[in-house]
Amino acid sequence: MDRRRFVAGVASVAAAGLAGCAVDDETAASGGGTLRLGMSGGAISDSLDPRNFMDWVPINIGYQIMNGLVEIDDHGNAVPELLESWEAQPGAAEWTFNVRRDVVFHNGKTLDVDDVIYSLNLHRGDTRSASRGVLENVASVRKLDDHRLQISLTAGDAELPATLSDYRLLVAPAGFTDWAHPVGTGGYRLESFVPGVRCLTRKTGDYWKPNAGHVEAIEIIVINDPMARINALISGQVDLISRIDGRTADLMKRNKQFRVVRSQTGQYAVLAMNCSSAPFRDNQVRQALKAAIDRPALIKTILNGYGQVGDDQPIPPGNRFYDRSVTPPVYDPDKARFYLKKAGREGLRVTLQVSEAAFSGAVDAAVLYQASAARAGITLEVKREPTDGYWSNVWQKAAFCASYSDGRNTVDAVLSKAYKSTSSTNDTDWRRPDFDRLANQARAELDEQKRRALYGECQRMIREDCGAVIPMFMDHVSAGTQRVKGWQPSVSLDLMGQRIGEKVWLQD
Amino acid sequence: MKRLLLERAGWGLLTLVAISALLFAATNLLPGDVAEALLGQQATPEALHNIRAALGLDQPAWLRYLHWLGGAVHGDFGTSLASGRPVAAQLLPRLGNTLLLAFLAAMISVPLAVGLGVLSAIREGSVLDRLVSVLSLVTISVPEFFVGYILVAVFAVQLGWLPSIALITGGMSFAQRLGAIALPVATLVIVVLAHMLRMTRASLLAVMSAPFIEMAFLKGLSRSTVVVRHALPNAAAPIVAVVALNLGYLIVGVVVIEAVFVYPGAGQLMVDAVSKRDLPLVQACGLVFAATYVVLNTLADMLVIYTNPRLRHAR
Repeated sequence: MDRRRFVAGVASVAAAGLAGCAVDDETAASGGGTLRLGMSGGAISDSLDPRNFMDWVPINIGYQIMNGLVEIDDHGNAVPELLESWEAQPGAAEWTFNVRRDVVFHNGKTLDVDDVIYSLNLHRGDTRSASRGVLENVASVRKLDDHRLQISLTAGDAELPATLSDYRLLVAPAGFTDWAHPVGTGGYRLESFVPGVRCLTRKTGDYWKPNAGHVEAIEIIVINDPMARINALISGQVDLISRIDGRTADLMKRNKQFRVVRSQTGQYAVLAMNCSSAPFRDNQVRQALKAAIDRPALIKTILNGYGQVGDDQPIPPGNRFYDRSVTPPVYDPDKARFYLKKAGREGLRVTLQVSEAAFSGAVDAAVLYQASAARAGITLEVKREPTDGYWSNVWQKAAFCASYSDGRNTVDAVLSKAYKSTSSTNDTDWRRPDFDRLANQARAELDEQKRRALYGECQRMIREDCGAVIPMFMDHVSAGTQRVKGWQPSVSLDLMGQRIGEKVWLQD
Repeated sequence: MKRLLLERAGWGLLTLVAISALLFAATNLLPGDVAEALLGQQATPEALHNIRAALGLDQPAWLRYLHWLGGAVHGDFGTSLASGRPVAAQLLPRLGNTLLLAFLAAMISVPLAVGLGVLSAIREGSVLDRLVSVLSLVTISVPEFFVGYILVAVFAVQLGWLPSIALITGGMSFAQRLGAIALPVATLVIVVLAHMLRMTRASLLAVMSAPFIEMAFLKGLSRSTVVVRHALPNAAAPIVAVVALNLGYLIVGVVVIEAVFVYPGAGQLMVDAVSKRDLPLVQACGLVFAATYVVLNTLADMLVIYTNPRLRHAR
């Protein structure tokens, strides 16, 4: 079945995927009304050119106006969007995609394969796109006929469709350059956009996607201050807000007017030890530090329970490739002492550099870690760094520092970002050619059972050898009024993969 | 006197030039640069070099300063590094919002403060005077965001009369705009009122002990006439100075209030720009803010010179 899904039976998955975003509340989806979103992650520098997407607000607007190539459904599977179906040759290096027919851009042009190729090439070759790395493995994109294209890869990737669901790979008409007034195939047309302040889009009326595009208009109000976001929701100025902390979430839950939605998107906190600098060069030291952290205490204190225990590898428990055979690591000071004794480093002293830039609550997390490590005989000095310039001055320079990573749509994307030795953002400086080979072998494996076994082995290697202490996966928590219907937790990005605008409706 | 006024204006201009140089130097001392801020976690040496070269950050600082100052004189503040849009086009609407907020707050707070101050001075020691005194001490002692949150809690969350975020959009009528920014205006009025009020009262009472006031009383004038006709003109200098200072604050210092009410003003813009290392935008904001203070203070000084009989008839 799994193999068939990749090779042939895409149509059934497509049907199931589209049904998944349909009616879930008692009320049927109804049209009308303006959905008002109070969102963090917007700035005066925002632009609607997908190549420049850096923050959540422009990404959300992008999905209102434009469509992606592939969508990720509620279960984390790749389902068709503008690419209707696909087929891979054995080895997963040659792919054929069928472009959806009868889809019309806002300017009246009908979608064809040239538009898709133009939009993909915005992120390939000599480009300033931040998604260039996502398509680095793509050797060529060729037109077969008006509705079919062929993508050849340098190395096999069984999850190419999921890779193509990247949020910057949105489709504009071939040759399009006027990004101040974006044209797409989405259900909404841009009406006004003031960067860092507000955006308004209105329904086009003839959206191709079934069961989507319910509300009449979508308004995003940028509210970067968390307190102001909550005030705006409570006073009824917005219907839904992104990013609330755990403590506030519990308070909101007491009020029956509001609903709290938590999404497990695979975003994780990491304390990165540099494997090429002393004392972290010794794996015994790394294992000792991994045993000396009290994970449930961190989740309870820092996230107020809105998270899952991490096991020092980056694949989240909700992922279908997560290795379920492992028991979660426990806080074990004796084990830490044992490793240190074996390494001849009893009474270890290390410095952990942290900043709130790494993740919200990072400084408190480090102080908690300090206390639990002390009971294992490790002196952990916490050095607080300024938020400004943290990514350029501390991260990847310090021997031991805090960082974070967003969830990705494929296991390979997660591993490529920070664990393969070829990565420029390998923040533990853990470089193992045998790991690269294993990860690349898994990526090209079309048989899902075999791929699961290979990815399980990748997770084991990271857990047992890499310098990443990954204590927790952090949920995205959002809140809204009960009027918002059809709103579900998501597994890819926050706010239903940032596609919430076309998916929800408002009850009168 | 004309010479005196011109001299004061000249000093104001010189101050502004000095500030522009300081501003340019200070923004160049910030840790990290726009290339690093733009790329964040994705900063590789190669990408950093490309962006720096493209933005002209590899030129010497003094050359960039001269270019910038020359442009600024013509109203051209360059293009924003982070968004690629002209700085002036980003700054002007935000400055308009800020000025609207400041103007409304000033229209309410200045007459109210001076009026209450005069009233307190006339009825020194009365119940009204003490009440005003205590209340103004309270509002001066709590931080501004706290005043804002209390107003939000009462008028937006509990009563639901006014919006908690001051959102202004293009299609709004003037009345709608007033409703939208009622809470931030009220907060600002409360915050600046006390300062001006207490200064008015104190400087009036200081003048009240002068011999010519005693003379006025001996002529048989009522206390209110003495305060308004004889004391107030002579106490004007410190009052005008403190009013100018507060007007300056209303324009440039309200970033915290802007954050609380999500008001798209110039202060918020500058904070945004600093965090994005968008130096042209930071410099433009800084220069406009500095100019506001310099112009307001220069005007206040000139007003004091003009109203002071001794300076007016200087030989």
